[in-house]
Amino acid sequence: MQLIYEQSVPGRRGVMLPTSDVPLAPHLPVHLLRSEVAALPEVSELDMVRHFTNLSRRNFSVDTNFYPLGSCTMKYNAKVLENAANLFASLHPMTALLPGGSAVCQGALGMLYDLGQWLADVTGMDEVTTQPLAGAHGEMTGIMLIAAYHKAKGNRKKYVVVPDSSHGTNPASAAMVGYEIITIPTAPYGDMDLELYKQAMNNEVAAVMMTCPNTLGLFNPHIKEIADIAHSFDALMYYDGANLNAIMGKVRPGDVGFDVIHLNLHKTFGTPHGGGGPGAGPVGVKKGLAPFLPMPRIVLDEQSGDLLLELDNPATIGRTASFFGNFGVMVKAYAYMLMLGRAGLVQVSEQAVLNANYIKERLKPWYELPFDLTCMHECVFSASKQLAHGVHAIDIAKFLIDKGYHPPTVYFPLIVKEAIMIEPTETESKATLDAFIEVMIEAASLAESDPAAFADMPRTMPVTRLDETKAAREQQVCCSG
Amino acid sequence: MADIYFTKEHEWARVNGAIARIGISGHAAHELGDVTFVELPTVGKQVQQFEVLAAIESVKAASDIYAPLSGTVKAVNSALENEPEKVNESAEEAAWMVELEISNPAEVAQLMTREQYTDYLKTL
Repeated sequence: MQLIYEQSVPGRRGVMLPTSDVPLAPHLPVHLLRSEVAALPEVSELDMVRHFTNLSRRNFSVDTNFYPLGSCTMKYNAKVLENAANLFASLHPMTALLPGGSAVCQGALGMLYDLGQWLADVTGMDEVTTQPLAGAHGEMTGIMLIAAYHKAKGNRKKYVVVPDSSHGTNPASAAMVGYEIITIPTAPYGDMDLELYKQAMNNEVAAVMMTCPNTLGLFNPHIKEIADIAHSFDALMYYDGANLNAIMGKVRPGDVGFDVIHLNLHKTFGTPHGGGGPGAGPVGVKKGLAPFLPMPRIVLDEQSGDLLLELDNPATIGRTASFFGNFGVMVKAYAYMLMLGRAGLVQVSEQAVLNANYIKERLKPWYELPFDLTCMHECVFSASKQLAHGVHAIDIAKFLIDKGYHPPTVYFPLIVKEAIMIEPTETESKATLDAFIEVMIEAASLAESDPAAFADMPRTMPVTRLDETKAAREQQVCCSG
Repeated sequence: MADIYFTKEHEWARVNGAIARIGISGHAAHELGDVTFVELPTVGKQVQQFEVLAAIESVKAASDIYAPLSGTVKAVNSALENEPEKVNESAEEAAWMVELEISNPAEVAQLMTREQYTDYLKTL
């Protein structure tokens, strides 16, 4: 397929503008004018429409295929949510920040305020900021809040504790804020080793970052004890909300001892992932951390019922994003929660967990299950049986592409060799799951009968097997010429 | 002939008097798969035993490399920055990563000999 620049023909135009029949405005100052014509492709409207339509047909998405990417919760984004976001399209982001401006956008502020309240309700937190623009940004904001808390108390803290099954962003966020990382290995029962955790804890630990259920899709039965131990050292409990899709309406992180949480609205609340539009990583905190939240904060004036903006306070960590974060994403999450209601959100989690367990049980005879326990919203297999025939997890992933499935996450979590991490999400029917399971079984059978067949897969795509090593070693991210 | 020692995290240290060359084991290189990037420390950096010394990325994962011994970085194998594949080709020889001037030779007692390391791999 050609680049649109390669289709360019000098002089070809998409739109022919008539000669101006009004007087020309005076020229801008000469130094502001272009000296060369902008390097735009010269194509007709039809050329352009075909180009982008054909590009879009090569896109592989939840809208086209089953997409069971573990740990990423690639759930379907209902189209009506886009419409909801569009309702606010003409509201200028500066409005609320102008003098007297909040009075004319009470609806928008009310939406943000309610969303914060609802997210606090789902997670058991006291207050929520919607500013952070993505999950990792939320993590960093959360750790900055923890650092501000310790600083205000005069605590001298040096470490952040993470389990070895954590998302890489957890230790990275803590390190960005200046903490050293203590990593706790996973015990044979599939969760952070409790004894090693106890040994590692000390007065210099600022926070313990947990994902619960963890990246093996397992809910930690010791979570309350872990939190109590952390609190005994005045260390705060940080909840990575990546896996919240498993527990809505069942457990509230705030009720089992977590002090700070970030949420990925694009994982749990039906908004597009970062690649498909801006993300959002709101952060919820318990009361004790609320003074440190980013400004501006939306506060309810109890007397008048008006929503006002608190623009500054001495303890705040400052602004973490312009305006109120990715506002359009908030609207979509708000509409999602409104659409499903309390009972609907509970059902989301129940169905997501049921679907994952169904896949786990049906594929168990074919793929090794390193932690054979009831899982939450995702299940982690190892391709170790297939590896005995020389077939790797990556080969199975390529096989699935040919069969019309987005591959599950492979090689994560790192603690499982040849990991295949499947997260079906709640929106898939049993028929879809069954068809996927049959294809996974076909892959396992082929690994036994003809392992060499995987070498040149995928065969049906515009490009076949890519050299991932070469791509990583010789990065060329600009178009040449 | 220098003596080679291993850590549980799969680093090796080849100790020759006060100097130790550090790298990752052939087993580790095999498990990582094709190595795509090696991040080396700056010369002069001081490290404590088992602290992070360097980092490595492969098509499968990114991992920290820990110092088998305490000491000061004397030299780094900067050839690995352009040819990370050397780690896969010769993990325990040509693809040494860091040369440390070691500050506490007694720490060697906390490392494994090749024989012990080979036995350790069988338990994984």
